[in-house]
Amino acid sequence: MATTLQINGKSVQVKAAPETPLLWVLRDELAMTGSKYGCGVGQCGACTVLADGQPIRSCSTPISVLGTAKITTIEGLGGDHPVQQAWIRHDVPQCGYCQSGQIMSAVVLLAQKPKPTDEEISSAMDGNICRCGTYQRIRAAIKDAAGLPQVASSPPPLKTPSVPAPAAKI
Amino acid sequence: MTKILDRMAAEGATRRETLTVAATLVGGALVVGCSPANVMGDILSLGATKDFGPFGPFIKVEPNGWVTVICKHIEVGQGNHAGLAALAAEELDADWAKVKTEHAAANAKVYANSAMGVQGTGGSSAISNSWLQLRTAGAAARAMFVQAAATKWNAPVGEVTVQNGVVAHAKSGKQAGLGDLVADAAKVPPTTTPTLKDPKTFTLIGTDRVRRKDSVAKSTGTALYTQDVQLPNMLTAMVAHAPKFGGKVVSFDDKATRQVPGVVEVFQIPSGVAVVAESTWAARQGRDALKVNWDLSKTESRSTDQLAQWYRDLAAGKAAAGDLKWAAFEARGAPSAPGAAALETTYDFPYLAHATMEPMNCVAIVNGASCKLISASQSPTLDQLNAAKIVGNLPGNIEVQTLFAGGSFGRRTNFQSDYAAEAVHIAKTVGHGRPVKLVWTREDDMRAGYYRPMVHHALRITTDKDGFPASWRQRVVTQSIMKGSPMGTPKLDSTSVEGAMGSPYLKATPVVDAQVLSPDVGVPVLWWRSVGATHTAFVMEHTIDQLARKAGRDPVDYRRALYAKAGANRHLAVLNLAAQNAGWGRPPPAGWTRGAAVHESFGSVVAQIAEVKLENGVPKVGRVVTAIDCGTPIARDQIAAQMEGGTCLGLAAALYGKMTLKDGAVQEGNFDSYRVLRNSEAPTVETYIVPSSNPPSGVGEPGTPVIAPAVANALLAMGQPPTTSLPFVKT
Repeated sequence: MATTLQINGKSVQVKAAPETPLLWVLRDELAMTGSKYGCGVGQCGACTVLADGQPIRSCSTPISVLGTAKITTIEGLGGDHPVQQAWIRHDVPQCGYCQSGQIMSAVVLLAQKPKPTDEEISSAMDGNICRCGTYQRIRAAIKDAAGLPQVASSPPPLKTPSVPAPAAKI
Repeated sequence: MTKILDRMAAEGATRRETLTVAATLVGGALVVGCSPANVMGDILSLGATKDFGPFGPFIKVEPNGWVTVICKHIEVGQGNHAGLAALAAEELDADWAKVKTEHAAANAKVYANSAMGVQGTGGSSAISNSWLQLRTAGAAARAMFVQAAATKWNAPVGEVTVQNGVVAHAKSGKQAGLGDLVADAAKVPPTTTPTLKDPKTFTLIGTDRVRRKDSVAKSTGTALYTQDVQLPNMLTAMVAHAPKFGGKVVSFDDKATRQVPGVVEVFQIPSGVAVVAESTWAARQGRDALKVNWDLSKTESRSTDQLAQWYRDLAAGKAAAGDLKWAAFEARGAPSAPGAAALETTYDFPYLAHATMEPMNCVAIVNGASCKLISASQSPTLDQLNAAKIVGNLPGNIEVQTLFAGGSFGRRTNFQSDYAAEAVHIAKTVGHGRPVKLVWTREDDMRAGYYRPMVHHALRITTDKDGFPASWRQRVVTQSIMKGSPMGTPKLDSTSVEGAMGSPYLKATPVVDAQVLSPDVGVPVLWWRSVGATHTAFVMEHTIDQLARKAGRDPVDYRRALYAKAGANRHLAVLNLAAQNAGWGRPPPAGWTRGAAVHESFGSVVAQIAEVKLENGVPKVGRVVTAIDCGTPIARDQIAAQMEGGTCLGLAAALYGKMTLKDGAVQEGNFDSYRVLRNSEAPTVETYIVPSSNPPSGVGEPGTPVIAPAVANALLAMGQPPTTSLPFVKT
């Protein structure tokens, strides 16, 4: 039985059984591998996509519940989305595996709160785990994308002290 | 085996090489550590391509002017590809905007890590062991372009310049891009001894221009991970593993599994029962429906509470060590009659899972003895050796295509190649060259072991009249990571004690008696970002802070005095740099308390001063001022990124990290039970780099171990009791 989904502005027919989580339909059937598997239980946020502008965990959302919801994935942002551009400017990613999900959560945040406070940023991003610990750059990139100043708690540019290092001991 | 040896003979292997490979393939403890590196590389790379481009195995230049730097080290997030590319690009004088990177193929000789003798990434060694190699490669290629231009333009070699990818001869006004000269340069005989730049003349290395090359791919969902590999006719596999370490399959009932649409095959492999399907979801459904009868008679069936008690008893001499032998790692002075202890304390550390964001996985393609792996292989040579044993081929004939890793922290390299070997077994059974992608669920990954070992430290310290250590007795009990490795089992596994071993505090102490015991436990253990330092940094730094307070000294001043005694000038420099920028000595912001810690690992020294407060009894970390001496800085922004990320990984473990065994069964399975750091808990790290002209040293790991003791020391400063076990949060 085919299911019709609305993905990134296109109507797509998929063959997967209705109980199949959206993540596996995106990845295995539609070869859209930007959304990642991290935990399978909605704990880590690596699979985050948007359904009618709201973030959902595609790893634990069966396609049967989607109806006519408009799904947006990382592929649907197009690559030059202001959030993606801010991510690149700040060299946010390390291993990069969680970043699609991080970016989708940030996109929702800024759509709902164009000028979020520090607390709103942290709170909105708490559902997305990054084991590399890119959190502070995520915060900085979101502020950048929002046109907010980097507050004093952001790291200053790298500084070089005037005292040279002592020679290494061999 | 005979077949392999025949092939070796046909390929011209010597008798010695043949014997060594034979020993390796039957699992002998001969090869990796004991053979001279050059012989070993020759042997293990037999079958690998010797055909590289005109500019050698590290550099490709395309006619469109793009330069590719081939990285023998895997990019697991640590940003090494930015630095590696910069090393070659600096000497080649390439246009940085037209430099890209790719992972090297497997070749144990050409792409050997000089710190290991075979190909592999680890020990924060990528930049340090490529420092001269990639600069030489860049300089040699540059010389070929200069010669080609000089010949073409009939100009003296000495008058040809290269800058930002443009080769020029000022007098004649001629210039050309590197790409324009590729064909001519390729014909110039390469030199192996080009002149390297004086580091004072670097225009790229050490500048803020050295940025990641993968941020676009990783911000658009287009970076390719093993999980993303899709090949024609590919199958996806999951494996049912035993519920305890060491369990074996007795029988299985796959009736329900085979009814799951998309399930193709179910069969037993050495590590469990494999379910092979047409999609990930079908494999998952099929595996969930499988019933396996396990033989658990020879499994590790103790609980972590029991193990911890045993470790404590061993350290205290209350449990007999039996055949186990204590190994001294620091010994100085004649132990005199012990005076009253100034401090007698113990510390306990739990097992830790790496919990990379991308669970372990591997694509394997097997057709007879031919085998290809597509995976985030952190040690291609080990994966080749283990795959070779399974399919019956020469290690060098095993093709390995390395992809980005969705994190590693040490997990993607182990002596057994656990998950890669599993993938090869499955692909061998499937056969016919049909690609198989083995995927682990989060629970598979978290319960598979290869943890940072549990550790117990017991210390007894006496002090002199000024409050400095006069005698230091330390007993460490922990499983050995190196035990049973292809290098053989060392008498002293330095990975268990590095950081305590070599500590400036021990150097400054007249009487030292420090020993380690390595009990056998049936839980696989492994290096976990910063390895021994994950616990030794905590033990040494938290102990020193307690001693400073007992002596009535400021903890930073107390350390300065000890560093002066030990001649630890680099420690002193990073501590001073961090203290100065943190405002140590001035009151912290209202509500916050500062803690300091310093630790050397992988050749680099890191100092951190953390601002901490307690929120509902849980430490909250705000600003963390970090200073690092990592020798010549190559990629400054990535050094900062590693300090930021390493601090978060270290803090996650310190706050919450703990794997628990109950009667041998791992209790945690996902991020709901194995809690990790989230955005609102992540500190803001400021990084200050000590200027240095020393050769570069490690960056990926040294930022990890310092935060936990810095937090514990801030708690001391608040008047909280000493921290004697991690994680801080017990429930």
